[in-house]
Amino acid sequence: MDASGEMAARLLSGDRAALARVISWAENADARYPAVLSAIYPRVGHAWRIGITGPPGAGKSTLTNELVATLRKRDETVGILAIDPSSPFSGGALLGDRIRMEERTADTGVFIRSMASRKSHGGLARAASDACDVMDAFGFSSILMETVGVGQSEYDVVAAADTVLVVLCPGAGDGIQAMKAGILEVADVLVVNKSDLPDADRLMMDLEDAVRMRTVRQEEGGWVVPVVACSARDETGIDDVIAAVDAHRSWQEAADLAGTRRAKRVAQVRRVVGERLEEELWGRLGNTDRAEALLGNSVTPYDVAEDILTSVLGSARDAAQADEV
Amino acid sequence: MADRKIRVLVAKPGLDGHDRGAKTIAAVLRDNGMEVIYTGLHQTPEMIAETALQEDVDVVGLSILSGAHMTLFPRVKAALEERGMGHVLLTGGGIISKEDMASLADVGFVKLFGPGTRTDDIAEWIQTAMEARWKNEEVSG
Repeated sequence: MDASGEMAARLLSGDRAALARVISWAENADARYPAVLSAIYPRVGHAWRIGITGPPGAGKSTLTNELVATLRKRDETVGILAIDPSSPFSGGALLGDRIRMEERTADTGVFIRSMASRKSHGGLARAASDACDVMDAFGFSSILMETVGVGQSEYDVVAAADTVLVVLCPGAGDGIQAMKAGILEVADVLVVNKSDLPDADRLMMDLEDAVRMRTVRQEEGGWVVPVVACSARDETGIDDVIAAVDAHRSWQEAADLAGTRRAKRVAQVRRVVGERLEEELWGRLGNTDRAEALLGNSVTPYDVAEDILTSVLGSARDAAQADEV
Repeated sequence: MADRKIRVLVAKPGLDGHDRGAKTIAAVLRDNGMEVIYTGLHQTPEMIAETALQEDVDVVGLSILSGAHMTLFPRVKAALEERGMGHVLLTGGGIISKEDMASLADVGFVKLFGPGTRTDDIAEWIQTAMEARWKNEEVSG
């Protein structure tokens, strides 16, 4: 058996070291990874994937830790992917989400993996979907994915998760912040953490208003985003968060889970094609940037891009343009 | 390897509560392009080894100021080996005498750093050691 086949067999037999190594291969774009994924792919699709996003300090890791505790009580096994930002300067990263999940380390029903975002900017790492697939095939019943949490535009998590929790806390901006594009569209469940703080009720009300305004325009039978209060530190309201996730799951299963997942798989293919294209393209093209001409202002970046596209796509491009006209 | 980074677990075993050094090292290694997992204080050897396994790290660096290194360091090594993680590069730092450093080297902690070490020297040592290992891997396939 070759290295990939052997690793896939170990992973499927429940070897946690193999699980860890395959995630590394995915992360490093190792040549052995695609064959492992092929071997384990028939087992993918049973885990429910929960994305957890929200601004820094909202309590994502603490909440994740509590969600795991609750899921473990009903005998679920849980894989956790905790993503932290990479430095765009050094390429290094400090991954500290495990600190708040320390008590889970000894639990063999739980597997925690920290991942640096590397060059990705959508809140997840490039390999996040892959890591979820691998943990899914390993057999975890739930997978929790915690995003970087730096902005309002963490859309990648929507493509990778079945249910997205947006975690907010009082004191981090008014209701208008909550209504800005991004947060509501991303959320399947809105969680107000630190619900013991004085302004929590106000934030709940703002969010409920914002949801109502959106729901009015929505088709009948659509998912109405619930707003759930909890305090991860005090361990209150965690059951309500899980209940909201369960409700969203039931709704999706009754609606069109296959359709949603189909769209997500297609998105994954496009992402992989995009990455591979970029890598191969620049590898083959070499020096076509015409830097000197650009510097002399005799051509614009758009001119150069146009020439490159024409040279790469050639006749395929002409045909497509003819169709459009 | 298209996009490989050195993954390091920085851990504080045992009961001492001084983690300024560990945090400093973690930041320095990050600034040298490594992915550093920091797990906080009071880790048992089993927790450290289990974290190393789940995170598939290349390096485990232990920070200790309590004086219990002769007990704890070999236990970390044993817990790692129990999990099939004997290949991990081991290092560490703290208040450790020359004699102790020598006997810990026999257990697998080939390089330990004492007070007064330049932080960049630590990053450089890890970098060099890992580059050599990766080169070896390529040669042996």
